[in-house]
Amino acid sequence: MNRVELHGVSVRYPSQRIPTLKEWVVRARAARPDAVDALRDITLSVEAGEAFGIIGSNGAGKSTLLRVIGGIIPPSRGEVVTRGALAPVIELGTGFDGELSGRENVFFNGSLLGRSRAFMKRCEEEIVDFSGLAPHIDAPLRTYSTGMIARLAFAIATTIDAEIVLLDEVLAVGDAAFREKCSERIRAFHSNGATIVFVSHDLDSVRDLCSRAAWLEKGELRAIGPAEEVIAAYAPGS
Amino acid sequence: MTEVHVGRGFSPPTPVGGGLKPRPTLDERRYVAGETTTLARELRDIARSAHLLRNLVHRDITIRYKRSVLGFFWTMLHPLLLALILMMVFSSVFRFAVPRYELYVLAALLPWNFFSQTTVGSMASLAWNGALMKRVRVPKSIFTLSTVVAGVANLLLAYIPLLLIMLFRGAPIRPALAFLPVSLLLLALFTYGVSLTLSALAVYFVDVREMYNVALTALLYFTPVIYPIEVVPERFRQLFALNPLLYFIEIVRAPVHDGVLPSAHALTVATACALVAVVIGWTVFRRLSRGFYPYL
Repeated sequence: MNRVELHGVSVRYPSQRIPTLKEWVVRARAARPDAVDALRDITLSVEAGEAFGIIGSNGAGKSTLLRVIGGIIPPSRGEVVTRGALAPVIELGTGFDGELSGRENVFFNGSLLGRSRAFMKRCEEEIVDFSGLAPHIDAPLRTYSTGMIARLAFAIATTIDAEIVLLDEVLAVGDAAFREKCSERIRAFHSNGATIVFVSHDLDSVRDLCSRAAWLEKGELRAIGPAEEVIAAYAPGS
Repeated sequence: MTEVHVGRGFSPPTPVGGGLKPRPTLDERRYVAGETTTLARELRDIARSAHLLRNLVHRDITIRYKRSVLGFFWTMLHPLLLALILMMVFSSVFRFAVPRYELYVLAALLPWNFFSQTTVGSMASLAWNGALMKRVRVPKSIFTLSTVVAGVANLLLAYIPLLLIMLFRGAPIRPALAFLPVSLLLLALFTYGVSLTLSALAVYFVDVREMYNVALTALLYFTPVIYPIEVVPERFRQLFALNPLLYFIEIVRAPVHDGVLPSAHALTVATACALVAVVIGWTVFRRLSRGFYPYL
């Protein structure tokens, strides 16, 4: 079964903003602003139990692709299908509130991901445990370092029994020990039939964790296939 | 964009954590280019996000109170102080032939404040939560809804000191007061509709907020909040009758200040306005929310 399917997906943004209502009325649809294609005609699928890497240079559309899969950006063309409960970890600070404590943020974040309070209550201990933040969990989140927030975000996303986890460069900020812990969990995770879509500049961890990968360049799919081969095409000799 | 949730007889994997109950159905979502969400789908999504709604409302209310020293009591104190000022100044300056003038004003001013603060707040709420909408898929109208719900909670609290003033001033408390919740519900619906329209527009255009603020000030003068409609010359009445808020002010004030049920005419017009506002609001929001992303 495919967890994620994209059929000819394009995403188009207006390149120029009409900043005011007054101007919009005056211009009265005189000239439609040009559009920029952030993604062009992407077709791919990710199976259950697969860890799928997305690589490419800055501005290639990797994060846009994750957001399209997460239902955050609607496709301008094509169709997106996801099968399973989603947990997006896109940029850090995702739905965290600096004034609330780490523990309260577990619940707030859970509510953003559509989980009930009772459900989060059952996950709470494991999340705190896995994140290794037990001594700080009741301190306000604004006192946390980026790495600590990353730990918490990763712990939440992978504990709430999501079937599709979208990870955007999250591992990059953790320390070596935590990254090892994350890698272990990711492996356990997809062996259970869940799917991970993983955006990273760290080719080693893509090679290490992902069975397949896609290379994006300027919004277009340049290569897709076994991670090893795609990485070799993207960065020969790496 | 469309989204289909199909429950199938799929048995999900055992969660990594262990001990957690597996989710019983497979959550299938489908986004197709060019399709907008439907009211039923949005409502169901909001219902599924009830926990989020609760959190947002809670945050809205606590943030409001954290900002002032008196906190929670300020909401209660504010109408009392206002009443005092009105009693001292306006009863002697503006001599409208209205008994218990401060009560007359408060019975309309509290709902007016609810309307103006909520509509303005809903624009800010959608802007503040832009970062959230860029990272997690949430039903976007939930932020507007949470602002309205928090506003209603606040308004209900403000009615407590109003009741105290009624008792203190010896205003008769009549059975018609029991009608107030119906009036407030209509006002809340109207406010929700207006908020949906404004907040969606404000995402695209930076000047909507300032323009609305100016309009709101003008609107207050054209709405009989601090003066009775009777002081408006006959020949302008028809113009005033075009203002929907006139009817909402009447239906919220009649049960409190006059102790009578609102007129059938005002009630009918207010109900129609509330429904039209919600329909327009939702239609605008639905159309515009599709393209929010680059502007958040």
